[in-house]
Amino acid sequence: MSYDLLTFVWFVLLGVLLVGYAILDGFDLGVGILHPFIAKDDRERRLVMNSIGPLWDGNEVWLVTFGGALFAAFPVAYATVFSSFYTAFFLLLACLIGRAVSLEFRSKVHSSTWRKIWDFGFFCSSLTAAFLLGVAGGNVMAGMELGARYTYQGNLLSQVNWYALLVGCLTVSLFALHGAIYLYLKTEHELQARVRRSINGLFYAFATLYVVVSIATWWHVPHATENIAAYPVLWIVPVLNALAVLNIPRAMHLEKPGYAFFTSSMVILALASLFSVAIFPNFVLSTIDPAYNVTLENARSSAATLQTMLIIAVIGMPCVLSYTVVIYWIFRGKVTLEKNSY
Amino acid sequence: MDVEILSRLQFAGTIMFHYLFPPLSIGLGLQLFLCELAYFRTRKTEWEAAARFWTRVFAVNFAMGVATGIVMEFEFGTNWAAYSRFVGDVFGSALAAEGIFAFFLESGFLAVLVFGWDRVGPKMHLFSTLMVFLGSMFSAVWIVVANSWQQTPAGYHIVWQDVQGEQVPRAEVTSFWEMVFNPSSVDRLTHTLVGALVLGAFFVASVCSYYLLKNRHELVARRCLSIALPTSLVFTLLAAISGHDSAQKLVETQPAKLAAMEAHFRSTDEPTGLTLFGWPDAKNQTVHFGVKIPYLLSLMVYNDATKPVPAMDQIPEDERPPVWLPFQTFHLMVALGTLMIVFSALACWSWYRSTYGQRRWLLWAIVLMPVAAMTANQAGWVTAEVGRQPWIVHPSVQDGVEMMGLRTADGLSESVTAEQVLSSIILFGIIYSLLFAVWVFVLNNKIQHGPESVEELEEYKRQLERDSMADKFGRSGRSLGGDMMEEGTR
Repeated sequence: MSYDLLTFVWFVLLGVLLVGYAILDGFDLGVGILHPFIAKDDRERRLVMNSIGPLWDGNEVWLVTFGGALFAAFPVAYATVFSSFYTAFFLLLACLIGRAVSLEFRSKVHSSTWRKIWDFGFFCSSLTAAFLLGVAGGNVMAGMELGARYTYQGNLLSQVNWYALLVGCLTVSLFALHGAIYLYLKTEHELQARVRRSINGLFYAFATLYVVVSIATWWHVPHATENIAAYPVLWIVPVLNALAVLNIPRAMHLEKPGYAFFTSSMVILALASLFSVAIFPNFVLSTIDPAYNVTLENARSSAATLQTMLIIAVIGMPCVLSYTVVIYWIFRGKVTLEKNSY
Repeated sequence: MDVEILSRLQFAGTIMFHYLFPPLSIGLGLQLFLCELAYFRTRKTEWEAAARFWTRVFAVNFAMGVATGIVMEFEFGTNWAAYSRFVGDVFGSALAAEGIFAFFLESGFLAVLVFGWDRVGPKMHLFSTLMVFLGSMFSAVWIVVANSWQQTPAGYHIVWQDVQGEQVPRAEVTSFWEMVFNPSSVDRLTHTLVGALVLGAFFVASVCSYYLLKNRHELVARRCLSIALPTSLVFTLLAAISGHDSAQKLVETQPAKLAAMEAHFRSTDEPTGLTLFGWPDAKNQTVHFGVKIPYLLSLMVYNDATKPVPAMDQIPEDERPPVWLPFQTFHLMVALGTLMIVFSALACWSWYRSTYGQRRWLLWAIVLMPVAAMTANQAGWVTAEVGRQPWIVHPSVQDGVEMMGLRTADGLSESVTAEQVLSSIILFGIIYSLLFAVWVFVLNNKIQHGPESVEELEEYKRQLERDSMADKFGRSGRSLGGDMMEEGTR
């Protein structure tokens, strides 16, 4: 395989890992965001938490593997992005830790204060994590103040701009919607009815933000549409994206929640593809000078490493997918509270 | 303080906190697997009660390991961007392999291990336990390989790249397997894993000895001790052997580290003695209050009591690691290791004589052993990492060609300021202190609650069976396990 093809393959594989993360951890971040609003008493809160109980840990591994693969395949992009977002990333890490321990420790002690504290921690960390992921995505989309030798010239305040915040809100609404559909699949009775009502509102919130962000991107980030203009066949991505968004209420209306969940996963996939199409062939655009861009070409590892990693991925990914399927199969069906539950 | 010292402090703090958990996961994983295997073979309920109990403890510990581990992976990029660019081609592939081969395996099957007790059959559950244990071993493999490569790099060359008109070096892999099996990786991996298995064995032995002291859960405690005590003896002895092997290699691969560990400042033509303890003073190149055994270091390093060991003065001045810290942590590790061998042997002997339950001083000593094991694990890593300074990637010689290393000071992120690092240290200091308190609290809760009694567990399983029968015949509103197990007993 040629070096350029290998590079492209790894760009796509990183996209796959990121989409895998966004779809899987997306619903459990969403569940965390909805948790205080949907569940009314302790039993319902436990049901909501246990709906993702056995799964969230494996879902987060997608992010870890994405980080590792980015480090290996495009070390310059890894180093530049992570050091530029220093403070934001540490906040994100704090949130991911907060979520993990809230889930793990909440039900370990019989005390309503103890549980309220962890409920609050679970909600805040889920919300903030989703928001920060979106803000980071928005900044990468719009470009950053990269100077010579990939040195970031901006600061935390330059990352808090209206466009990035808007993308953050979009991400929160998308994950909340995705999580609500997931909860609808996993719950029963009054709790499920309450989830059903929330889905409508969440959908309108998401759809509005989707339209607003689309217009804002078109207006504020002109380079985002360059690839689509150059290769009109890529129009298929935004078109499918819009169709997928519209299919969510249709599937819910047809009482096919599984189909709706599949559709919202496809929305995430389509948005991530749109993002990749918009930034390709760059990872980070420099708003100072295009010569300082972090591109696929200047960020990549050697051909030998990309090849070794491809072998690792070809051996590893089928295993990962097969036991992911097995585990989701074992924990299929409505969530119940058992002896081993959180 | 400058960015370098702050970033090093932050890395040391976060990695040491993280390393409270993985070795216990690995070590406890083996004990858990052995308990469950015993249950699988004998079908005795007390083994199942033991396995269920250790699963609960394992889950708490594992979650902490995952949560603190994500930080580590991103910290290379946030604080050590220049280092990440230099080593990404080499180090990254090991890290990615860890994610794909190890993390998915352990986190996936952890779900079955923790939540699957009443959902899958015993065979599938045993298999899941094994997979979680293997997964945690694999992740140790890849991360220790990557770390060993920094100590004794191999299978790479330096490529100068043009970055916007400036020539920047980076390490690129020439042979993946030479990189994986670099001169120190097998020895260091063995020693690391054995250290973790020691901790796991002592942890189980400690909790069970505590139960014997308090006359609680005697049946389950005795069963578990029959596994934990012999394994602790085997692994403490293996730790001594593998540690000795590692140290012997050091004289060739990292003589500066060895000299620092032994506070060996001046070369002579005489055989070298071993300093048992003392207060090294690098400025005056001497050891205060030192007690030295002649010939011993030469004997230990070369298996030859007369051959002198090279000292720190052979190392250029700007390439010398600090001495005091590696010396003390190394000696602490060895002392604790010896202590653990002694107590483990005593415990095994008295177990064999069936007097273990009566010797309260010995029981209390075993209760405290996990602290010794954990301290030894941490001290060993401090020795290894501080002894590597001032290098973040040690220089090496490949096929007779000298390869440049990377200094720790040159590995930092250019765009990160001291204030940023300081604030993340404070943030994580607060979070980790809280976490630590919660972890101790919950762990103590679990241990005080202990395993279910055989009767409780049998009643619970009968109830489950009644429920599933009722389900088959269409009774609605099933209670799954009855009110007895309503909540929070995990």
